[in-house]
Amino acid sequence: MSVELLKEKWSNTINSLTIGATKEQGGSRTSIITAGGESTLPYLFSEGEMPHRPVIAMEIFDVEPTDWPPVLKEPFKDVLNNPVEWAKKCVNKYQAQSLCLKLQGAHPDFGNLSADQAAATVKSVLGAVGVPLIILGCGNDEKDAAILPKCCEVAKGENCLFGDATEKNYKTLTAACLADGHNIIAESPIDINIAKQVNILISDMGFDLNKIAINPTIGALGYGMEYAYSIMERARLAALSGDKMLAMPFICFVGQEAWRAKEAKGPQAEHPQWGPEAERGPVWEATTAVSMLVAGADILVMRHPQAVAIVRGTIEKLMEK
Amino acid sequence: MALSGLEIYKLLPKTNCKDCGFPTCLAFAMQIAAKKVELSKCPHVSEQAQVALESASRPPIRLVTIGTDEQKLEIGNETVMFRHEETFYHPTGLAVLLEDTLAEAAFDEQLTQINKLKFERVGQQININLIALKCSSNQENTFTDKVKQALNQSQFPLILMSDNPQLLKSAAILAKDKRPLLYTANKDNWQLFAELAKELSLPLAVKAENLDELADLAQKISQAGVEDLVLDSGTKPLAEKLNDLTQIRRLALKKAYRLFGFPTLAMTSSGDSYQEITEAAVYIAKYAGIVVIKGVSPWEVLPLLTLRQNIYTDPQKPLQVEPKVYEIGQVNEQSPVLVTTNFSLSYYTVEAEVEASRIPAYIISSYAEGLSVLTAWAAEKFTAETITKTLNECGIKEKVKHQEVIIPGYVAVLSGKLEEDSGWKVRVGPKEASGIPAFLRSLKQNIKGD
Repeated sequence: MSVELLKEKWSNTINSLTIGATKEQGGSRTSIITAGGESTLPYLFSEGEMPHRPVIAMEIFDVEPTDWPPVLKEPFKDVLNNPVEWAKKCVNKYQAQSLCLKLQGAHPDFGNLSADQAAATVKSVLGAVGVPLIILGCGNDEKDAAILPKCCEVAKGENCLFGDATEKNYKTLTAACLADGHNIIAESPIDINIAKQVNILISDMGFDLNKIAINPTIGALGYGMEYAYSIMERARLAALSGDKMLAMPFICFVGQEAWRAKEAKGPQAEHPQWGPEAERGPVWEATTAVSMLVAGADILVMRHPQAVAIVRGTIEKLMEK
Repeated sequence: MALSGLEIYKLLPKTNCKDCGFPTCLAFAMQIAAKKVELSKCPHVSEQAQVALESASRPPIRLVTIGTDEQKLEIGNETVMFRHEETFYHPTGLAVLLEDTLAEAAFDEQLTQINKLKFERVGQQININLIALKCSSNQENTFTDKVKQALNQSQFPLILMSDNPQLLKSAAILAKDKRPLLYTANKDNWQLFAELAKELSLPLAVKAENLDELADLAQKISQAGVEDLVLDSGTKPLAEKLNDLTQIRRLALKKAYRLFGFPTLAMTSSGDSYQEITEAAVYIAKYAGIVVIKGVSPWEVLPLLTLRQNIYTDPQKPLQVEPKVYEIGQVNEQSPVLVTTNFSLSYYTVEAEVEASRIPAYIISSYAEGLSVLTAWAAEKFTAETITKTLNECGIKEKVKHQEVIIPGYVAVLSGKLEEDSGWKVRVGPKEASGIPAFLRSLKQNIKGD
């Protein structure tokens, strides 16, 4: 019996966003990555293409993180206070294809480092590794407005991905990224309308839509993950059906969220029924990541090397045709 | 798939006799389509029309029940492709594979381990649902013995697995009152399996290597009189399997394709236990009615059960707890009072941390339409006014002698107005619930010091 399959046909494709620039392109990266470009819902290859496999960026901090649980610190314990060595370890030992540098130290509560200090870190990490960089502010609007333009400037030509621009605070970062040729992350609080709005605001400043990634602000597995999951599905359906203001790749901060979950970090001594946290933590992060992949994630920012390895393997399998 | 009013009209006598109470057959048809009246109101309707309407009102994906009583698993009867369109109704059954070739002690140990795969999350018990018992020994007696043991030592319903229906028969008879799923009929053995399933009135899994063969087999077995089928499109690369699960669901829902109008089963094929978890995660998110895994460790199973809980949460109705005063531990009139919203994730996260602190306390879940703290604050459902109202009406004033309330750190901005409105002293708690134990301990010391 021949079953007549029901295949979706879409009128639009997701933008392709490239991070990094090689010497020929005016930067100094030894590799670049491209995310997005889908013309189908995730992994339905009989209905369209996924020309680029999802990217995993490993997250590093400019200052030693204060709230990482032991299981997460363990693989990096010798480099946590040294972003350059940390970056090298991710690339050399864990084969990271991209890094996400969070400039946490600029935050008034975590060192209040100056713009010059933040920029110096960006410069030294760029000098130490050849992979493309994602660069995040500290989350304090005032400080980020002060440090990020300087960081954009010292990274000029490297075609980094900078974040995050929000509905209330996008102008400074957009202008800086525009001036220095970087990509930008548009953040919205699990809200499809605001996601669209931020993209419109940024593009109204003359920003190329192909250089925007959407951060839908996900939750961890068990902690509201499903809200982002459905927002992403809705946005992707709208994008494939023709909405160009939502046709950006998604970036998901998986590590940051997953490692807040008690199920990821709680020690076995306190939760004997859950089993060893050394297994549980990375698996929690990996499962969160794979849920996001199924909903359409293009760039995953992750923390634990084992979780990264698991998800890399799963992406391999998902992309196998 | 439901018929439109016009389609129903075509099946009616079209005499406008008014015996149904409506002025015209068309008006009556519209009311049936809107599910406001029953077809039986028409005394003249033909048998043919009755059959057509009945089959049209059947759900596009059949509800299949495995097991009995409290442990029964109901799968199927889904109505949408994406959870945001409505909701997913019948959570994926998680099955754990167990082979009859295990020595008795090892088998026993596995069963004990499997029985423990129950967890409590946000006020719900989440657990695995089925034991997939596989006849790897190819010995009827060995299999029957293990089935007996599983029935005795575990509450979970069974999937009885063998390609050989004769080997399964005595085990199926033994377990039939517990309504196991028979797995699996294929193109070579389907007749005997269909007979067995029909004789014992048991659900039957059907397996083929591709969708064409699967439809073919589903048709033959349906025609043989088996009603409760579960579809398995075989082992294949992950994306292909995802494609199959999507097509089966889509054809059933969008084309009312009857042969795929059944729940599905996906068996993980990864040898690596980490890849098995992520593989199973893909199947849970994307439409599988049952997922069979090999891993039995809590760290393998808990993330999958949590994922299922997330995906099957109704997006229109966030899980809520009853807005009231909750007493955690041996509280007294001096115990601290914390307030959060009635979003169950917020409440249970706070509750777990208060419990962990071992300091007895009251938690007030303030009604905020089931929104989380920050969302509720932004939507003005968790404000100085609403919290004041809650403090006045929830009965906490009769329970404690002090007037001091702890609010979440994220809404510190409310403190001034809340003190003014309520007359209570406001303490700003930590932003993250994980800071609650340390916060409560320091509070206790401060109070002692006062």
